Amino acid sequence: MPVRAITPDYTGEIKDKLENFHGNQLVFAGWDGHLMFPAPFAWPLPPAMPFVALRDQVMAGSFGIHPEWAEINWDRAQWLLDGQPFVPDLQKGLAEQGIGHKSLLRLQTPELKGFMGAGV
Amino acid sequence: MSKVYLILQDNDISRYIVEAVEADNPQVTINYQPALIRLEAEGRMVVNRDTVEEKLGRQWDVQELHLNLITLGGNVDEDDERLELSWAI
Amino acid sequence: MAAKKLNLKDKYKLLTRDLDWEFSYEDRKKAFPYEDFEGIKINDWSKWEDPFRLTMDAYWKYQAEKEKKLYAIFDASSQHNGHLNVSDPRYINAIKLFLTGISPLEYQAYQGFAHVGRQFGGVGARVACQMQSIDELRHVQTQVHAMSQYNKYFDGFHDWTHMHDRVWYLSVPKSFFDDARTSGPFEFLVAISFSFEYVLTNLVFVPFMSGAAHNGDMATVTFGFSAQSDEARHMTLGLEVIKFLLEQDEGNVAIVQKWIDKWFWRGCRLLSIVGMMMDYMLPNKVMSWKEAWEVYFEEAGGALFKDLARYGIRMPQYADIVEKEKEHVSHQAWWTFYTYGHAAGFHTWIPTDAELDWLSEKYPDTFDKYYRPRWELAKKLESEGKRIYNNALPQLCNTCQIPMLFTEMSEPGQIAYRVSEYKGDKYHFCSDGCQHIFEEEPEKYVQSWLPAHQIYMGNCGGPDVPDILRDYYHFNLGADNLDMKGSPDEQRWNEWKKQG
Repeated sequence: MPVRAITPDYTGEIKDKLENFHGNQLVFAGWDGHLMFPAPFAWPLPPAMPFVALRDQVMAGSFGIHPEWAEINWDRAQWLLDGQPFVPDLQKGLAEQGIGHKSLLRLQTPELKGFMGAGV
Repeated sequence: MSKVYLILQDNDISRYIVEAVEADNPQVTINYQPALIRLEAEGRMVVNRDTVEEKLGRQWDVQELHLNLITLGGNVDEDDERLELSWAI
Repeated sequence: MAAKKLNLKDKYKLLTRDLDWEFSYEDRKKAFPYEDFEGIKINDWSKWEDPFRLTMDAYWKYQAEKEKKLYAIFDASSQHNGHLNVSDPRYINAIKLFLTGISPLEYQAYQGFAHVGRQFGGVGARVACQMQSIDELRHVQTQVHAMSQYNKYFDGFHDWTHMHDRVWYLSVPKSFFDDARTSGPFEFLVAISFSFEYVLTNLVFVPFMSGAAHNGDMATVTFGFSAQSDEARHMTLGLEVIKFLLEQDEGNVAIVQKWIDKWFWRGCRLLSIVGMMMDYMLPNKVMSWKEAWEVYFEEAGGALFKDLARYGIRMPQYADIVEKEKEHVSHQAWWTFYTYGHAAGFHTWIPTDAELDWLSEKYPDTFDKYYRPRWELAKKLESEGKRIYNNALPQLCNTCQIPMLFTEMSEPGQIAYRVSEYKGDKYHFCSDGCQHIFEEEPEKYVQSWLPAHQIYMGNCGGPDVPDILRDYYHFNLGADNLDMKGSPDEQRWNEWKKQG
């Protein structure tokens, strides 16, 4: 039962549909093992934005305050896109490589253990 | 048996209610925390009107308990003579 | 001849049951149109019992006495500069959060009980809901009166109803009650009277209020205990509701269990804020959130669910997760507010070294391992002039609307991620509990008004975060928000104490 309602066949208005974001799509990103950031971040981004801009401008603009951000070796960094291993193409647009509306990216840098080695 | 509990504001009327509960419920334990008094007993606790009246030295309606009550735990049964808290198991 | 005084049971009968009437020319079903659609079956409303047997005359008498006591204390507190007697000006921030996050829920409860008090076919239930509705209105009024004293001296109290409707973290309590009030009348009672009032509100109104007393806040402890004395009646009502529904029809058991599971989980998520208030915002400590949880949920709630087992009711789903989370949630929540301190309507701060030691002592299995290093980093960055303020909005859980700050209890250093697909869109959740609630009623939760998303849709003004905070939220920037250190609140306090 999709809802318990008085009205038969009641449906709700989808508040967060793509069309409501004026040409942008929502993208979420977290950095595993770095809980200085209490939760992943959310941004509205153009679907055609190249991945490199997401990584080096958008993400760096928010995660960059962490002392370890500058130490990331991007050749060894791993990504999960919506729970699946993902190898980004830096030059291709987000949507073109499957990063859709409300997709979640998780950055993993296993050799960086966080502040005091505590995953912070 | 699970514990029932009664928590009262730590004030002058409650002092006598606590004395009454102690008198009628020998197994009760009493714990003082900032601004409150916590009374706890295994399975059952009763606040009797007669005993509270005797301790207070005046008439007391069982429903007056609400003026000093903070919270309680257990099945409640109240009538003109007493308020009882209990768990079946 | 003097009229004989009625005993309590007879009086209750006359002043509730005998106020009802039969429907001779109207269709009863049309008079109570919301009674059936949730699937609950009531065979005999006359079996409804109010264990306190409270009638309107006694209700007014005792409530009036409670009010007289309460307002005498408010007067005394304001006449004697009660605001100067609190332990530490940081404490006041807990009260700001109370006014903007919790007091409006009292108002929502007032509206909710007024509504369901009209909708039940049984007169006993209607009378009980009517009294509770009036209680809740009293609670919001007394809370506003108590806190108006602080509004004269501290920032952040000036526009609490507006903030409740708009501010990102206040969508957590707001959406909780919106969810309950848009449910059917029986779900509302199970949600609020039972799951919330019986199982969880003690945690707000007992240990936290004891903490208010311990921090010299006479007005708050007094309204808190005065409110909770009504809550004791509501709790008892909540327990009676459950027993009544379970005794009426065997088919009700599974429906009620589902609601208990849902609302226990939603309540636990909501109480993360209270956990943080207890552990981080009370400078003088009474007990830790974990200890409070053990006394008021594990022990008291454990006894309750043992008692309900005879009806076929079991402990709420995910109670095992919650038992582990008591070691974590307060720390995760305060860290979130600290790092988003520019976007909060109250001040945040790094705990003092003595407070960090207290947390280590109270949380020996988790604090030093997972949380103290965050504060060490915060101290280091602050000393370098780089106090942490996150500049992007957090991802939110689609059900509880809390930032995705909760971690896996099997791996407490890892954020918990859950996702569901519905009609081609993704929905993200902080936990199995929140995901499960969505999947039961997706058509309801696709409508979640998620503040971060609303901001990005351009529905909250802007374009920049300071514009939103100032114009859409009505924060006084630089006064209401940011760190306690260097705040106008702190400066004024130091001036008063110098004069003192």
